[in-house]
Amino acid sequence: MSSKTGFIVERWTRLSAATTVIAAALLIVLAFGPLLFGANVVDNLTNLFIYVILSVMWNALAGYAGLISVGQQTFFGLGAYFAIQLSYHGVAVYPALLLGAVVAALVSLPISALMLRLRGGEFAIGMWVVAELAHLLVVLDPLVNGETGVSLLALTTFNPDTRRDDNYWLALASMVVLLAIVFALLRGRLGASVQAIRDDEDAATSVGVKVMRGKWTIFFLTAFGCALAGTLWLATSITFQPNTYFGVQWTAYMIFMVLVGGLGTFEGPIVGAVVFFLIEFFFGQTGVWYLIGLGAVATLFALFLPRGLWGTVEDKSGLRLLPVGYRLRVPGPEQARAD
Amino acid sequence: MAASSVEGGLLVGAGIYKHFGALTVLDGVNFTLAASESVGIVGPNGAGKTTLLNVLAGAYRPSLGAVYFNGTEVTAFDAAQRCRLGIARSHQIPRPFAGMTVFENCFVAATTGGGLSGHRAYACCVEALDLCHMLHVANRRAETLGLLDRKRLELARALATSPRVLLLDEIGGGLTDEEANNLVETIQVLRGRGLAIIWIEHIVHVLIRGIERLICMDAGRIIADGKPEAVIADAVVIDAYIGGKAAP
Repeated sequence: MSSKTGFIVERWTRLSAATTVIAAALLIVLAFGPLLFGANVVDNLTNLFIYVILSVMWNALAGYAGLISVGQQTFFGLGAYFAIQLSYHGVAVYPALLLGAVVAALVSLPISALMLRLRGGEFAIGMWVVAELAHLLVVLDPLVNGETGVSLLALTTFNPDTRRDDNYWLALASMVVLLAIVFALLRGRLGASVQAIRDDEDAATSVGVKVMRGKWTIFFLTAFGCALAGTLWLATSITFQPNTYFGVQWTAYMIFMVLVGGLGTFEGPIVGAVVFFLIEFFFGQTGVWYLIGLGAVATLFALFLPRGLWGTVEDKSGLRLLPVGYRLRVPGPEQARAD
Repeated sequence: MAASSVEGGLLVGAGIYKHFGALTVLDGVNFTLAASESVGIVGPNGAGKTTLLNVLAGAYRPSLGAVYFNGTEVTAFDAAQRCRLGIARSHQIPRPFAGMTVFENCFVAATTGGGLSGHRAYACCVEALDLCHMLHVANRRAETLGLLDRKRLELARALATSPRVLLLDEIGGGLTDEEANNLVETIQVLRGRGLAIIWIEHIVHVLIRGIERLICMDAGRIIADGKPEAVIADAVVIDAYIGGKAAP
């Protein structure tokens, strides 16, 4: 029998500490973005932050909790819709953006009570149906003017430059806070529990995991995150057209970013969002060929690099910048092998 | 019968019936496991062994009948609640958390079913992995394991929940003699710690080295129950296995 004492469970390395410092430095630079960059760059970076939020949310949902949804645009659209409703009812516009996301997250509660009973493909398609239903219901609201849509007029009272900078800071702050929450949750007990649920729900139950509570927590958090991304999108574009906000293309983008970056890794979706952003930046104007290109890239990744860019780097090098897992180090001949 | 056995047993199944549609898989099983007792279950395929285990572990609700643990009725408790009380199980076909490491598999079990946290949870996992000869693969993702290690992981993960009762479903199938010896040794250590065990196994000569009482099931009923040698020699048992006519 080998020694049962003297083992170490490694959760944080020097590399992780260094990564945190570099990330913090980068964020400080980004915080001064509007003072450093031109208007175009600020606009583009705001979009990038929104993409990162969406990507990280979908990964938390699908990559960690195993809840593969093609209907997260439900909350993206509802967040924007409720923000408009709140604004038209006299709530100041920026608080309305945040509150809109909160209301959409609250709406996710009754939805989750029904949807989380479904498994696998049923859940995925069920969520799409929910998104279409939310779309139809929102269009019934006279305020929205059917598919014509409505504008967040309260925002147009701001000076465009001020608005651009405020949106940038709001998106940056939202991204940082949401990433921190997701990271903390995944590193905590919940992270291990939801991964067990993802891998085998019945086996997770058999070792004592409260399955519904784990799924529900992640579902609620990601509903809020997607809704906040929706209100941020509204803040940058001002107009709300139901077709755009409830469109399934948002889910397609999320899947693309997560698959390319690395499903089930914390860093991967951030990488994926940057890749998606760059592709859009350089090829976004080429119309239908852009969409064909996106589809082709996603297919190639699924076929030849199923663990995504970051997942592959992790597998090949053992590199873990921001680890959420556990590494056991045992002294002596039974040294646990790092794979 | 049921009332009196509830008093004496750690884990009791009283008048258990389980139907799947028209099919009766458990046909009135009364079963009592005493604290620190180790019981083997044998029987031909389709006898209802795994179904009984599922009913005791909480994966299935019985169609009729009740399950008691430590004097409390737990029939309405799901598997997670029963695991938190101290009933852990392994699966006949291993069901690892494939995307997590071996250590993380145990860690989930220790923190949820075992209710431990921090260093105590880590220590519990290390001990369970050590006992199951898995420390050297602790950081491997479970999907990379072979069948033997997957079976070991079933046991290690169940142990990480710090159970009072361990329900084992064919963890010895396909083992070499040496691997089987290791397994029996592990079971003996667990018995020495006062763990109560129910062990379903087809390989009877391995099984009887790990248990003190043997039950034989056939067609959803218990047809023999007692000392292992006596049960093996029982004419009804031989009949159930071989299918011939037993001597009257």
